[in-house]
Amino acid sequence: MDKIRSLADLKKKREQLQSALKLREQGENTENLIQVRVAMATCGIAAGAKQVMEVIINECNKRGIQAVVTQTGCMGYCYAEPTVEVTKPGEDPVVFGHITPAKAEELVTKYLLGNEMLDGVIPVNYGKVDQ
Amino acid sequence: MKDISLHIMDILQNSTRAKATVIELLVEEDEQNDKLILKFTDNGTGMSQETLEKVLNPFFTTRTTRKVGLGLSLIKQNAEQTGGSLEIESELGKGTVVTVTFGLSSIDRPPMGDLAGTVVLTASAYPDVRFIVNYKNSKVDYVFDTDEINEALDGISIQEPEIIQYLTEMFRENIS
Repeated sequence: MDKIRSLADLKKKREQLQSALKLREQGENTENLIQVRVAMATCGIAAGAKQVMEVIINECNKRGIQAVVTQTGCMGYCYAEPTVEVTKPGEDPVVFGHITPAKAEELVTKYLLGNEMLDGVIPVNYGKVDQ
Repeated sequence: MKDISLHIMDILQNSTRAKATVIELLVEEDEQNDKLILKFTDNGTGMSQETLEKVLNPFFTTRTTRKVGLGLSLIKQNAEQTGGSLEIESELGKGTVVTVTFGLSSIDRPPMGDLAGTVVLTASAYPDVRFIVNYKNSKVDYVFDTDEINEALDGISIQEPEIIQYLTEMFRENIS
């Protein structure tokens, strides 16, 4: 089957996927997963956060990284959008600013996979617009 | 915003922030009247008359992280530039309806952009919210309802990357 057009097609695909996904679920507890939150308020969306989120989802999937990729609102770093917050299990969250699609790929390969820091970290004590 | 689908993504977030559990979106290309209509209907907290009066002011927001709230102002401006308009009806405890009209053939109208990707990405980010999106023009009348999709997925999360990809493909196929 090439294209998915209907719910029936979707069901067929789901059946193919089901066993692979079950294995994945059993092995993982969401608390032990890397949490990635992409800021997706007006400021983030206007700066290209949608494409960044798509890249992160696809890269994680491609490289077999089990991460929970979700959206969040505006963290107050509008000047540095798109921003991405990464929380590794047992570690403090790190916020990265000015994430382009190319940088999103780098974020996955270097920080998520390799634990190597990237430029563009917004320090926790950095001023927000209302401070 | 570069295209209309990004505006849609932005305005849908307003509904999720208003704790809506059902969000409906109608996207209609009305060729006869040369209009592109977006109608967002949610069952969220709604707004008081007082808030409603301030909501289109770009310097009003309910957020505390910043002092500007541009989402509605930006889409209103883009709509008005094409000879269209933006209207909001809201009632506390009942929900909100935002209707935005663009001139369909206006040269100033931004392109639709990736509607399929936008809708699916938003729906997958809020798996507990029911999204009902209806895309209509003279040739197509497609309804994307996450309740039906969750039933078809039978327990598999709408947040799985493969599912996001399949749903985007399905949406895209049905509206083209």
